Amino acid sequence: MARQSTAHKARWQLVAYLAAALVLMPLLVLLLSWQNVDQMIWGHLLQTQMMRLIGNTLWLIIGVGAGVILLGVSLAWLTSLCEFPGRRWLDWALMLPFAVPAYVLAFVMVGLLDFSGPLQSLLREWFGSDFRLPPIRSTGGVILTLVLVFYPYVYMLARSAFLAQGRGLMEASRILGQTPWQGFWRVAVPMARPAISAGTALAIMETLADFGAVSVFNYDTFTTAIYKTWYGFFSLQSATQLASLLLLFVFLALFAERHAQGRSKRFPANDKPRKGALYRLRGPLAWLACGYCLLVLSIAFIIPVGQLLYWLLSSGIADLDSRYWTLIRNTLLLGGIAALMTVTVATLLVLAQRLQPIRRVRSAIALANLGYALPGSVLAVGIMFFFSFLDNNMVVPLRSWLGAANPAPILLGSLFALLLAYLVRFMAVAYGPLDTSLARIRPSLPEAAQSLGQPGWVVFWRIYVPLLLPGILSAALLVFVDVLKEMPATLLMRPFGWDTLAVRIYALTTEGDWTRASLPALTLVLVGLLPVIVLIRRSGRH
Amino acid sequence: MSFTRNIIALSLAMTAFTSVAQAKELVVYSSRQDHLIKPVFDMYTEKTGVQINFITDNEAPLMARLRAEGANTPADMFMTVDAGNLWQAEEQDLFREVKSETIEQNIPAHLRSSNGKWTGLSLRARTIAYSTERVNPEELSTYEALADDSWKGRVCLRTAKKVYNQSLVATMLESVGEEKTTEVIKGWLANLATPVFSDDTALLKAIDAGQCDVGIVNSYYFGRLHKAEPNIKVKLFWPNQEDRGVHVNISGAGVTKHAKQPEEATKLLEWMTTEEAQRVFADVNMEFPANSSVAPSDEVATWGDFKADSVNIEVAGRRQPEAIMLMDRLGWN
Repeated sequence: MARQSTAHKARWQLVAYLAAALVLMPLLVLLLSWQNVDQMIWGHLLQTQMMRLIGNTLWLIIGVGAGVILLGVSLAWLTSLCEFPGRRWLDWALMLPFAVPAYVLAFVMVGLLDFSGPLQSLLREWFGSDFRLPPIRSTGGVILTLVLVFYPYVYMLARSAFLAQGRGLMEASRILGQTPWQGFWRVAVPMARPAISAGTALAIMETLADFGAVSVFNYDTFTTAIYKTWYGFFSLQSATQLASLLLLFVFLALFAERHAQGRSKRFPANDKPRKGALYRLRGPLAWLACGYCLLVLSIAFIIPVGQLLYWLLSSGIADLDSRYWTLIRNTLLLGGIAALMTVTVATLLVLAQRLQPIRRVRSAIALANLGYALPGSVLAVGIMFFFSFLDNNMVVPLRSWLGAANPAPILLGSLFALLLAYLVRFMAVAYGPLDTSLARIRPSLPEAAQSLGQPGWVVFWRIYVPLLLPGILSAALLVFVDVLKEMPATLLMRPFGWDTLAVRIYALTTEGDWTRASLPALTLVLVGLLPVIVLIRRSGRH
Repeated sequence: MSFTRNIIALSLAMTAFTSVAQAKELVVYSSRQDHLIKPVFDMYTEKTGVQINFITDNEAPLMARLRAEGANTPADMFMTVDAGNLWQAEEQDLFREVKSETIEQNIPAHLRSSNGKWTGLSLRARTIAYSTERVNPEELSTYEALADDSWKGRVCLRTAKKVYNQSLVATMLESVGEEKTTEVIKGWLANLATPVFSDDTALLKAIDAGQCDVGIVNSYYFGRLHKAEPNIKVKLFWPNQEDRGVHVNISGAGVTKHAKQPEEATKLLEWMTTEEAQRVFADVNMEFPANSSVAPSDEVATWGDFKADSVNIEVAGRRQPEAIMLMDRLGWN
């Protein structure tokens, strides 16, 4: 390893610590909330709610985790290594559900499949009024919906991993007589394990933080308990205490992910990605594969969008007015700036991890990734309180000292606060793909450059950045779409005139106005589709 | 990192625009939905030229924001839905006292804060909805009666997490006491046809589709659904007419403690209690005007007259935690 000056080392460590400090801010508010414990509320919670909450949350983690792995890996395997009719467009189409927010799919599923929905009504007409489908408003229904929303995380990362494995290993396994099944289990999956577990971790953290979708199903999780304690008992303190408990679950999930990644080596994939499919499926098997992919796509995307369109055309279009362009503009602007900020910081973090792999830096970075599992509102409140502290104790006195007539606070309620919330919340989303990308860069490459006398700056721009570009682009697009869909933090922290589509959807769905919500929901999906398609086309076969 | 710094500078510069206060501008934090308050505010702006900037969110985050902002808050008025929330905002010292004869004349005393901190602006009833096909209105009488065995497997309820049900139980606790309320809730839960719903509109649709025969909903959800689907086979029933009356709740507002323009905000509040505002405020959501001299819209009038519970609505807030804990203990999710 080339010698590095202490200043150089310190710089990178500082980056990691700063990023961790940003996340630490709201986390600190969470921890400080334990100063006073409301005995009455906690006694009540422990007696009546805790067991059920823990049980439900565990069900979700296990169900959604297993579901996204099953779905994501099987689909990724089929589209990246096999050839069957329709594979070419199913390849990228299977990513489309990523543009649909969980809370949108939730109300579409319930609207479609509940007792009073069109499907069951039709079936009752045909088969008699006693005909029943399994209830959608159940644990199974929630798990199904969340799996359909979050499988793209695993799908995308697993697919990249399978594609990047190059020609060598998989072909070798085939030549050596392994069946596709053996090739799958013994070669492909172990190699893709880091990617699969990264994707699963993202999906589970999203599940833990989700509030909109589980509310539609009236499924009680830790997150809904946080809101209930806050809104119902008016105890923000107890709510933040509950949120800190939620973090324990996150630690669990992250720990499990580290363990799953554990000893699997990072395989650099500087080989050319394979050109043709490895397994050509024929006959019924090919059609089965096609049918499976189509089924998933239909349930996760085509039918929901269809339902939204139907609602839109039947009543929702009346809402289309000039204010919609402002909504769209705000949504895009926030997404774009947040993506830029987050990817920049995440890139620096990823490099810090590589260049300064000491324990403290690793812990700081792990901390920086935690924001993802915090419910948006809780995170927002943490930032809000921290900023108000800064405002009241530093900014306002400073401004009045500088002679301002009416020293108003500038941090609280500002665009910056909201962007910071996005940064903290979506750091993990940017970090994952960048980390996977960086892992593929053999250390020997930059080392060689350095030993040839290139300064660090050049090494960064001419070695790291070009090789990281796929990861940077993936990360940027992922964060962009996630910010588009984000609702609770945006709701709380948006400055005047910065309403977004997600905010509009929320306003309508809390009142049960699902048909009117179809317009902003559809707009949001359409707006998010373009980056998603770019994401997948770009990462496709060259 | 200099890039980040530039973004920060840009954002701070942008916020500078938002923090410049203009003379004729009010700021309202509202948990009442955007499309329900915009028409009223637009009317006021047209009439007086005062610009109203508002932000909408749930009441708890808004209250947290008001508390965090403290004396530096830009909010002049805080508007919310459900008396429990108004009471809570008063408890958290977010309102200032407003002495206004106009308000006192227009709005009955039991719909206002006893300390002059807030006033109700519109009324909604949480009442019984029943299937016209499978239920004879003669069978219905009180909320409590729905706990009887004759309603087994026929009742639909909304989640206990929604503040409307919490207020219903809170006022019930006040009126009939804890023991009776416990009995009633146990009965309701035993009679459920399906797990509780997350919203009233789905509940009404379930009654229409035949999943259940009766449910307890807010009147305006029925109004909205009926407007969208006039052939729906559901009707409203006003229970407890022989005793305390139908449970009603309010949406209301108050001037914030640290309002930058308290006089302007008070003027806005007063105007919202006058006839022309009350009409729009209530009609846009099919609610009942709090100003008793204003008649409800024709559509709402078709539901008939009823006796409303005249308990002071503050009790909905005071006994809310108790209500929630009771519902939790009994397993009403």
